Amino acid sequence: MPDLGLPLADLLRLAQAHLFLSGCAVILALLLGFPAALLAARSRRFGTPLLGLISLLQTIPGLALLALFYPLLLLLGQATHVAIPALGFLPALLALGVYALLPIVRNGVAAIQGIDPVLIEAANGLGMTGRQRLLMVELPLGAPVILAGIRTAAVWTIGTATLATTIGQPSLGDLIFSGLQTEDWRRVLVGCVAAAALALIVDGVLAHVEAGLARRSRWRLVTGVALLVAIIAATFLPVPDAARSGAASAQRVVVVGAKNFSEQYILARLIEDRLRDAGYRVERRDNLGSAVAYRAVAAGDIDVYVDYSGTLWSNVLGRTDVPPAAEMLATLGKELAQRDEVRMLGSLGFENAYTFAMTGPRAQALGISDLAGLARASSDLRLATDLEFLNRPEWAAVKASYQPVFKEARPYSPTFMYRALGAGSADVITAFSSDGRIAAMDLVTLADPRGALPHYDAVLLLAPHAARDAAVVAALQPLIGAISIETMREANWMVDRDEGKRTPQEASRWLAGKISLTPM
Amino acid sequence: MINFAQVTKRYGTHPIIDEISLEIGRGSFVALVGQSGAGKTTLLKAINRLVDIDSGAISVDGEDIATLPLAALRRRIGYVFQGVGLFPHMTVAENIWLGPRLQDAPTAERAERIAQLLSLVSLPADLADRLPAQLSGGQAQRVGFARALAASPAIMLMDEPFGALDPLTRDELGRSYRALHEHMKLTSILVTHDMAEALLLSDRIIVLGGGQILADLPPRDLLQFRGDPRVTAMIDVVRDQADRLEALARPC
Repeated sequence: MPDLGLPLADLLRLAQAHLFLSGCAVILALLLGFPAALLAARSRRFGTPLLGLISLLQTIPGLALLALFYPLLLLLGQATHVAIPALGFLPALLALGVYALLPIVRNGVAAIQGIDPVLIEAANGLGMTGRQRLLMVELPLGAPVILAGIRTAAVWTIGTATLATTIGQPSLGDLIFSGLQTEDWRRVLVGCVAAAALALIVDGVLAHVEAGLARRSRWRLVTGVALLVAIIAATFLPVPDAARSGAASAQRVVVVGAKNFSEQYILARLIEDRLRDAGYRVERRDNLGSAVAYRAVAAGDIDVYVDYSGTLWSNVLGRTDVPPAAEMLATLGKELAQRDEVRMLGSLGFENAYTFAMTGPRAQALGISDLAGLARASSDLRLATDLEFLNRPEWAAVKASYQPVFKEARPYSPTFMYRALGAGSADVITAFSSDGRIAAMDLVTLADPRGALPHYDAVLLLAPHAARDAAVVAALQPLIGAISIETMREANWMVDRDEGKRTPQEASRWLAGKISLTPM
Repeated sequence: MINFAQVTKRYGTHPIIDEISLEIGRGSFVALVGQSGAGKTTLLKAINRLVDIDSGAISVDGEDIATLPLAALRRRIGYVFQGVGLFPHMTVAENIWLGPRLQDAPTAERAERIAQLLSLVSLPADLADRLPAQLSGGQAQRVGFARALAASPAIMLMDEPFGALDPLTRDELGRSYRALHEHMKLTSILVTHDMAEALLLSDRIIVLGGGQILADLPPRDLLQFRGDPRVTAMIDVVRDQADRLEALARPC
């Protein structure tokens, strides 16, 4: 057995979750799409706009479609005063269901409309009612084409389900996304290969059933359906979970959220371990978008996660002023509690601030040491940022304070932003102050003399109901003020480096050990 | 008994049949002939409402067909057409049994009835379990006839039923059907573009043209017809062919 970089049980559990989600989405699409296809095949007036609409939905990128269901469900929940879970299974199911509609409806319509008109005339001449014609003639003859549509839908859905990770639904995408962020290519590969294998297996079994229908071979049909049942059964087969064993199973589940970068993975696992030690069952929602994460904790979809004061200041409170760190924290704590009953437990002890960084030699050659100097030289420089910086108020504040005019400003995923700087395809990046790569790549961070960039203290946020749970608070309290910037950089670097790379889990264990050495 | 009262059907603004009135008595064998586009198929399909008429009325046994439930109307009228339309996913027996099945006939009678119908259309009983793809064109149309007859209809509508068959099979199947018509006391309406076929099989020939009935006579009288040149032209072709054949057969 080759080393997969993660326990086999974890892989199996992710594969099960992946398959279960995909299966439910295809069934949902069938329940909606099949009747719609039958109606569309009968009436062009209904069919043409319907197929147009479904094709249009298909053009929405999968990632965006998944993300859009989050605010949609949130709004729906607020409007109807029903507790609709806006993260996790439900939005993933709905988005994937919508995605699977097209092949099912299109093939359904083609199957019915493609039947030889001579047979329709014969059926009508015999005095079949519309329903009898459908059941005795159209469906049996259209079955192979209909099934081909289901096959396409299943393969698409299994592929797209990897994106469900971004709205907090576990899938094989967990491996791909976390692997991309920590540059653990083995994890990415395992995730991709596993998803592809699932798609191929399901496609093969459905092809078998399809051949059975097309050739009217009872044997093929029976074995195909038996294999399908076996796959469904495998989805529900219990996989032993080393991490979850013990007496904790009766406890309430605490959901720990994380955004999509190494530090967040490490801290989420640190929090997870502490809660588990306190006897809780813990689930993780990794790879949440920045805006999604806060709304999720406010809505109670996740119980706890780490955010940064400056991010909350501008994105949640909508403030554009830059007060001193302590004042910002105090105001934040008060405002979040008032607005959303979200409790800010406190700062972990380090900042992960946006900071403009350049390679040492380049900064020296251009004589740049602060943002004012950078702005003066900016017309010849290319800026690489993370995915959200250019749309954030911080960028507006920097532009207002220093008036830089970069030759090019391009967003990257964080990992590739550093790569771009290293490879010389960018001159300056918006680095993160806690990033281990600053020290490792020998980068120079530029000073901010006009105070345009706010502070970004890492703070622990608790959802309203979690904040009322004294045991949760007690378990997490020791983390407050416990992590220094140097410790965090080192932990981050363990995960981000190429040689001697550690998993976020290993880094979090190391971090836990380091913290307990520090007097609390 | 089938009655047409001033029946009109238009495709767009063009009337394909134009205020046609007509009565077809029980037990008669009527052939509808005419050029392509003369409206003969439209007239036929109006009877089992595969085509809905624009004005006028059609009644079967005194009942206006517009007031009858569509499925019920069609189930009591046999329909055979050039395309045959056997369902490829059903065996010969299943195809034949469809009509009775739609009327919830007791399955106890199934085997016996299918054997009876197969022999009625001169097919061996062991064909019952074959799929339509395994039949010749003539066999397939015989099954088509058996399927149409299975629900014991009083009326048979036939739209070029022999059109796609080779001449030998065509003649043989035509004669078989004529015998069935007598034997089962059917009311038969046959659409054909072949005047010779009409003359030899039917008791009454209705020639359609321009949406109107151009002639409506028994075969023997039609041969003497002197009127509309469109009709005489059609008869002359047959007569001319017969004369030439006779000349060929005469010893030199």
